Amino acid sequence: MKITTLLASAAIALGLATSGFADGHEKTKVGFVYVGPIGDGGWTYEHNKGRLAVEEHFGDAVETVFVENVAEGPDSERVMTQMALDGADLIFTTSFGYMDPTINIAAKFPDVKFEHATGYKRADNVSTYSARFYEGRAIQGHIAGKMTKSNIIGYIASYPIPEVIRGINAAYIHAAKVNPDVEFKIIWAYTWFDPAKEADAARALIEQGADVVLQHTDSTAPQAAAQEAGDVVTFGQASDMGQYAPFPRVSSIIDDWAPYYIARTQAVMDGTWESTDTWDGIGAGMVAIGEITDAVPADVKEEALAMKAAIADGSYHPFTGPLKKQDGSDWLAEGEIADDGTLAGMNFYIEGLTGEIPQ
Amino acid sequence: MIRLEQRPEPSRVFAYLTPLMAVLATFLFGGVLFAVLGKDPVQSIVTIFWEPLFGEFAFFYRPQLLIKGAPLVLIAIGLSLGFKAGIWNIGAEGQYIIGALVGAGVGLAFYPAASVLIFPLMVVAGAFGGWVWAMIPGVLKVRFGTNEILVSLMLVYVAEQFLASMSLGLLKNPEGFGFPGSRNLQQYASAHNAEIIAGSGMHWGVVAALIAVIFAYVLLSRHRLGFAVRVTGEAPRAARFAGVNPNRLVLFCLGISGMLAGLAGLFEVAGPAGQVSIDFNVGYGFTAIIVAFLGRLHPIGIVLAGLLMALTYIGGDIAQSQLGLPAAAIQVFQGMLLFFLLALDLFTNYRLRLRRAEVA
Repeated sequence: MKITTLLASAAIALGLATSGFADGHEKTKVGFVYVGPIGDGGWTYEHNKGRLAVEEHFGDAVETVFVENVAEGPDSERVMTQMALDGADLIFTTSFGYMDPTINIAAKFPDVKFEHATGYKRADNVSTYSARFYEGRAIQGHIAGKMTKSNIIGYIASYPIPEVIRGINAAYIHAAKVNPDVEFKIIWAYTWFDPAKEADAARALIEQGADVVLQHTDSTAPQAAAQEAGDVVTFGQASDMGQYAPFPRVSSIIDDWAPYYIARTQAVMDGTWESTDTWDGIGAGMVAIGEITDAVPADVKEEALAMKAAIADGSYHPFTGPLKKQDGSDWLAEGEIADDGTLAGMNFYIEGLTGEIPQ
Repeated sequence: MIRLEQRPEPSRVFAYLTPLMAVLATFLFGGVLFAVLGKDPVQSIVTIFWEPLFGEFAFFYRPQLLIKGAPLVLIAIGLSLGFKAGIWNIGAEGQYIIGALVGAGVGLAFYPAASVLIFPLMVVAGAFGGWVWAMIPGVLKVRFGTNEILVSLMLVYVAEQFLASMSLGLLKNPEGFGFPGSRNLQQYASAHNAEIIAGSGMHWGVVAALIAVIFAYVLLSRHRLGFAVRVTGEAPRAARFAGVNPNRLVLFCLGISGMLAGLAGLFEVAGPAGQVSIDFNVGYGFTAIIVAFLGRLHPIGIVLAGLLMALTYIGGDIAQSQLGLPAAAIQVFQGMLLFFLLALDLFTNYRLRLRRAEVA
């Protein structure tokens, strides 16, 4: 028998089993596939906090399971299949690299709902969700531009993908707006989580004169490196990284997946789940700005909070014209706002940034 | 007083017994570890070792054993030849990556042409890529006497940079909205390393691994080259007197292990993984070193060891999700296996003697 038919019949058997308990005794089972360890202090840590929030919110009505450190590729397919076979009703796959595996496995288990973070492929039982981290980056850029004395801002970038490039652009636009002399030095670490590499990158940036270091990697190693160096400002990434507050960490971008995870689990319980594409930001609470510490001058803090409020209520968009691309060509006219399609696939720098996006 | 005493000759019994004893010791100490973590040790070990083979969903997990085990066996077979001769290729991970890149590159170059020749061509290209990458430490060693351990290991990191560059540049899917990663070869029939019988887990990489095992077995037991490999490892001077050319042997051993690692990469990228992506390599090249030693550098032993390692990975993931065991605990558990094997190996060459303390 073909594996698909086998899996399908297993899924049907499970489906029947579930409906047998339709009187409400059966728990809703929610699976989470993590790319890193839950103790990474960043990306996976926040997804796991979302999972714990689901458990707390629904109590005995749900059961959650997770597997951490799952390699993208065939291993992730196996883990998803295993969760589906074990009766999961809803599975969150929390890394971009799980995109094709999620689509493959979702096709074999039409009754199981899948939610893939940061991807662009959907199906009847596959939704995608992501957060508008660039909104937080804009606020960081503003603070960074005001705080730097050397006018050199270091940026630890992970991979040259649209998500990261968007963050660099958003931070640069708002840093340059308050400080036209500012210069960005970018190091591509080619990792999401590697404390040793991230620390090296931070030290290299500091040696090159950076007195503010932004990071798009998930460990706290750059914070530690900045603390060691003394007079260097940092921002928490993905998680609050509050243990480095009030200095060097002066604020942070926090991913808050809990409301989304709770809402989607509720939708599965109610039978109202539908395939959607969610891209939420500060307004919806998916992106939070960690406390701005007193190391930041009061007026700067006030401006940053005002920007946060404006982004949250929709009156300000971080990518508002006039903006030119790095090569000098026009991108957005005065007052024009970037469309989501361009933002989603962003593969160019804004005018003023130096260097090239690696290929 | 207990003393270690060298055996007059290595114990054959212990040579075969130590892998079993290592597994048992791993059960025991792994069980203690799980118990300390507050999990039922028996249930944990049963979940890891029994569930994938005989559990409710064994029909799904058994084929997964082949998918996970095939690249390990394929690479380990190649490594074992070199290890037997004292030639240490530690960089199979890099050869695996380059094999996958070259092979996938050839396939993608033909996209979307359809021909039955494309896949065989990719196989040749994959083997060639791995071979070339292994020839770098090989030629450097033969020519300049560099250390192949260092050079091959360092080339892993070079290969990883290549992989990232290819995923973001040359091989990037033009329809991928700017995201990294190549086209998915699973959706390109002419280049897809599909299962030969659907649902069996049996893809061409599994077939290649089986062929490699038979090839290595015959080579080592029946062929002059196999004799050269063994004698060089056991007595290098004697080998030279027997007319073995050490340089040619270095190139042969590194070449064959690079080729097999390259093949493993190609079969993986064209089959189970499907695409070239930044995180394509998941450590098969390094795990294969464990597999080679766990299998006593013997072809049949390597098959068993490869399947055992695959089992701990698959069962480990099940235990994580069903019992909430942390991934780190599973990794420690896997590490114990090699640790105990190496520790118990001592008894192949030494024995314990109880002796009364002598009066001075």
